[in-house]
Amino acid sequence: MEVLLWPIVLAPFAGALVLAVFGAYMPKKAAGAVGCVTAGASWVMAMVVLGSFLSEGSYAPADSKLYEWIAVSSLRVPMSLHMDTLSVIMISVITFVAFLIHLYSAQCMFEEDGYSRFFAYMNLFVGSMLTLVLANNLLLLYLGWEGVGLCSYLLIGFWYKDSDNGRAAQKAFVVTRIGDTAMAVGLFLLFVNFRTFTISELSAMAPALWTAGSAVATATAFLIIGGAIGKSAQVPLHTWLPDAMAGPTPVSALIHAATMVTAGVYLIARLDFLFMIAPAAQLAVAVIGAVTLVYAGFSALTQSDIKRVLAYSTISQIGYMFLALGVGAWSAAIFHFMTHAFFKALLFLSAGIVIHALGHDERNMFRMGGLARRLPVAYWTFLAGAASLSALPLVTAGFYSKDTILYAAWASKSGGIALWVGGIVGALLTSAYAFRMVFLTFLGEQKTEPSGHAGGLEKLAVTVLAFLSIVAGFVGIPAVLGGFNPFEGYMSHIFAPFALSEARLHILSEAVLMAISSLVSLVGIYFAYVYFTRPALSEDVERSPVLRAMHSFLLAGWGFDWLYDRTIVRPFEAIAFGNRSDFMDTFYKGLAAAAGWISRGLSLTQTGRLRDYATGVVIGAVILGAILLVRLQWF
Amino acid sequence: MNSVNVNYAIILAAVLFATGLVGVMVRRNLVFILMSLEIMLSAAAVALVAVASKWHQPDGQVVVIFILVTAAAEVAVGLSLVLRIYHEWKSVDVDEVSTMEG
Repeated sequence: MEVLLWPIVLAPFAGALVLAVFGAYMPKKAAGAVGCVTAGASWVMAMVVLGSFLSEGSYAPADSKLYEWIAVSSLRVPMSLHMDTLSVIMISVITFVAFLIHLYSAQCMFEEDGYSRFFAYMNLFVGSMLTLVLANNLLLLYLGWEGVGLCSYLLIGFWYKDSDNGRAAQKAFVVTRIGDTAMAVGLFLLFVNFRTFTISELSAMAPALWTAGSAVATATAFLIIGGAIGKSAQVPLHTWLPDAMAGPTPVSALIHAATMVTAGVYLIARLDFLFMIAPAAQLAVAVIGAVTLVYAGFSALTQSDIKRVLAYSTISQIGYMFLALGVGAWSAAIFHFMTHAFFKALLFLSAGIVIHALGHDERNMFRMGGLARRLPVAYWTFLAGAASLSALPLVTAGFYSKDTILYAAWASKSGGIALWVGGIVGALLTSAYAFRMVFLTFLGEQKTEPSGHAGGLEKLAVTVLAFLSIVAGFVGIPAVLGGFNPFEGYMSHIFAPFALSEARLHILSEAVLMAISSLVSLVGIYFAYVYFTRPALSEDVERSPVLRAMHSFLLAGWGFDWLYDRTIVRPFEAIAFGNRSDFMDTFYKGLAAAAGWISRGLSLTQTGRLRDYATGVVIGAVILGAILLVRLQWF
Repeated sequence: MNSVNVNYAIILAAVLFATGLVGVMVRRNLVFILMSLEIMLSAAAVALVAVASKWHQPDGQVVVIFILVTAAAEVAVGLSLVLRIYHEWKSVDVDEVSTMEG
């Protein structure tokens, strides 16, 4: 059992190494094969681990130590992996989605330059992501955390010849770095207080040594939140994600939808003990989630770029996960992570097929339309993904995970009416923008003739994901519908269930809540349909100056970029420009100039005349003699 | 043998030394500078002889022999350098030989 954990992580790293060293000399097919085989091997091994973990039945956590990484006086950090219910479910989802996306990209990226470079980065990413989720201590986790950030940067800027892509990559890196800095300080605080980075030791010590709600616990939790919202693109550090769509579509699917951006959710779930003793921070997580999901839902509604809609949708769905974490529904957050990984990866990959088929990197939905008949596989799979995203009642995975979260937002003691209302508004927006995408892209009249077709591997990947987007929810059916819920039972081995608020459940019972969220999802789809079938409505919007201003406000993501540009980026650039000849340099330049002056002055004494030198020696000797006489008190 | 007051001998040595020193500093002719150096060496020799006889120690008088030998060697080397300088510059004026100024 123990030996099996390390190969899961090392296989993708080995693939990345081989591709980095020999990639340039390999034929394209071989490079793709190395990338896919290592990712696939990782998935197979993760499945073996999952299988034995489930069949063993004790769900006991286990550590597998490779070697002592750092050993300096009291600081001991092992290279050690941790296996428990949470990390096993994470690696299963990550390796599976990563493997499918590798297969998809082997075909989709075949025409591109830098094919082997692409797979080297992708493999490196998978390895780092697995390090992140399997690490048994926070320092190793941080290594993986920065590793995925680096790969995200490299892959957003994959088409580096266009300087806009480079800028988007830098933005992603710098904005997440703000959060990472806060997180690093949080980790230091934990270490200073407990002298360990090992998560299991921390979880044993923290509740004992820190009183609930104490200042230091709250401060640490808030710093950890800083890291989580940077990586998971939550308000106010979300601005990098829509721009990150500059990367290739498989990258958006893998990194910026299914896996990396959920690292923040994983981090908070992993450190649940910390948030339980810092209720203020946990409430902040819920509020950030609720605000983000509504915010991003509104922005997604107005975008014309299909990938940007999906980016805002990702922000919004991770908002749901944060909401779940914030109200103590840890298991629901991980459930939504899983279904979201399937349906969002699917939506990106199907959109990638459409973009590829239309050519010229066409992403504007208003120039698509009527593609359902021409690209049937893309249409049906995208429809499945959109249905799951909109939480179409009963038949989709997204319904079960999102309904669990909405139920928790209402029923949990730490939840509340406002949080639930935010979630419901978000659900309405979600189904509206999801089906707006479907209608604009696939229905109506055809505007651009598709020139390409989806390849076999691409079709395989989207079909498998579409299947899972529908059925993955049946492992978490809530009690009111029969209660076949092995997922929650499985998760309950490490996560305590949230405390119920009987008072609120008395107002609206679970069945009523479910009926409301189902209704809202259908109403959202109906809105999208009405708006799509009546062009007069959009002309009304065009005519009204207020609505038009609102539209462009939402299109620009509520002006966050504008605000940050004015308040942070430009002042910083102005300071940098003002100080372009570093003022500290004047001091050192002054030193150099003074040395020059003294040198020129002293060189005047070098007359080259022997008699002057002799005189100098005599004067010196006389002075020395005089000093000697005075010091020895001969006078 | 009447012993001379050692103070006179020291004063004589000081006067000789000062004479030589001033000569080194003000003379421009290299030959005279060499001669001034010899005077300074002699001053040291006089002082050594005087104090050696005062303290009845013969070491000082032995050292004088060394000084004389050194002076002879110094003159030999010095004069040959003067000759070389004269060949090079057609002059024995030290101020002419000032090409190594800063």
